[in-house]
Amino acid sequence: MGEGGLVAVILEPFQHEFMQRALLSGALVGLTNGFVGTFVVLRRMALMADSLSHSLLPGLAVGVMCFGLAPWGLFAGGLAAALFVALGAQLVARSSRLKEDTALAVLYTVAFSVGLVLLSFVKVRVSLLHYLFGNILGVSDTDLWLGYGVALVVVPLLALLQRPYLLLLFEPDVARSQGVRAGVLNVVLSVVLVVTMISSLHAVGVILMLGLLIAPAATVYLLCDSFGAMLWGGAALGALGSIAGLLISYHFSGLPSGAAIVLVLGGLFLLAYLFSPRYGLWRLLRPGRHFHEESLARWKRD
Amino acid sequence: MNEHGLVVRDLTVSYNRVPALHHLSFEVGCGRCVALMGPNGAGKSTLLKALAGLLRRETGTVRFHGREVRGVPEDFAYLPQRENVDWDFPATVRGLVEMGRYVRVGWWRRFGREDERAVQNAMVAMELEGLEERQISALSGGQQQRAFLARSLAQEAHVFLLDEPFSGLDQPSQDKLRGMLRQLREAGKLVMVSHHDLATVEQLFDDVLFLNGELIAWGPVREVFKPEWIERTYSRRAFSGPEEGHRHG
Repeated sequence: MGEGGLVAVILEPFQHEFMQRALLSGALVGLTNGFVGTFVVLRRMALMADSLSHSLLPGLAVGVMCFGLAPWGLFAGGLAAALFVALGAQLVARSSRLKEDTALAVLYTVAFSVGLVLLSFVKVRVSLLHYLFGNILGVSDTDLWLGYGVALVVVPLLALLQRPYLLLLFEPDVARSQGVRAGVLNVVLSVVLVVTMISSLHAVGVILMLGLLIAPAATVYLLCDSFGAMLWGGAALGALGSIAGLLISYHFSGLPSGAAIVLVLGGLFLLAYLFSPRYGLWRLLRPGRHFHEESLARWKRD
Repeated sequence: MNEHGLVVRDLTVSYNRVPALHHLSFEVGCGRCVALMGPNGAGKSTLLKALAGLLRRETGTVRFHGREVRGVPEDFAYLPQRENVDWDFPATVRGLVEMGRYVRVGWWRRFGREDERAVQNAMVAMELEGLEERQISALSGGQQQRAFLARSLAQEAHVFLLDEPFSGLDQPSQDKLRGMLRQLREAGKLVMVSHHDLATVEQLFDDVLFLNGELIAWGPVREVFKPEWIERTYSRRAFSGPEEGHRHG
């Protein structure tokens, strides 16, 4: 394949309207998820995010039962269910001897099962697979608007609150003494997380959305030492990874698009894990190096 | 009453209603290095955190420079124990020191020239030149302590509350840190340090405060750092009752 051929292969999908919409939607959702992912990684709440993503399902089922397939109904249902599980787990943890991870595990699997049962009763013709693994090629106008809206609210909001969040993520205890309203910021983060995950529902579905959320931030975490760089790097990687995954799934027809996106992001993560200049695995395989000048200075002092 | 220092009256702090510090009252002047001494569980960290506003005070008042300290004290900087810091966090030395400035700059305002200068001066004062872009886990233990001190300097704190800063440092690093604490003291800052090494108290500190759930004794090192008080601090297991701490000097 010549150079012109490669460009044509990349550009060709952009001629179809359904692909234009899918690529735009994927880029938006990837950007928002990549941005929010940094907070989730540094707050060490990846598993909590996983439980929340699964607990969206019963909310979607109730949404479908009450409002049909209207995206706003799905949005409201998913939001309510995820917040119910998140707050319910906190309530159980505080009012019993159980810890929060245990309470979450019980609540979210029960919620997920409720979702599966409810969806089997739904009269509207709806494929369960679309909710589990996404269907970005069938993205609707409302899904697109939802993607715009969430990206336009979530990214500027978190970017504005970057400094207090940095203090909170670095030292939760000390941050309070620096005037950070930790309780408020934690609630805001939970709500933002749920809203972001719902916006990625049509792209990757409830099972794979964690990959889109975590993988870009985890990759950038292995590459840089700055909070700001991690935020924007994660956003860029999420957007580019989503576009690349979509293009791949277009050319290899039959490849599920959500899985292709997560596979691309997973591949990039693997590369960073192995070859990151500062924190890659390859460093362990080389003989140790140290800051030579500092050692010399220390010996000289005596 | 001491108008140029810290005055603590009747301070009680509890965890889940179990008191960890009982009715502490003491005064320390600025420009002093104060050691908090006592066995494990004596409440050294609790006292530091309570002064920094990290723990709720059940009873009592804290006054600094004649004004009551409430809520979040901007003038107080708390340096956590080494093991409580996530050293893998994506932060460089400069990033860490800039965090101290947020209290002054606010959440949104851009760093002005004065802020940049405060950050730079803090790093120079703590001898961190050349390490500005180093990630915080790639520093030695002594450098890490100095990086946190620089953050507090950039914050323009007047009271430095340090939790076991000397533990795990080799001798050259200890000497250097001691030099830095002296500098702070000479600049009129109040430095309070929880410390467990009895052998180094006399060379490092001006004042000592013996704690074991309650205040046992406090005052200048040469007057209070005596076997009778050391023994009393480290031997007693039970809380003796609502007795006042003893003041010397």
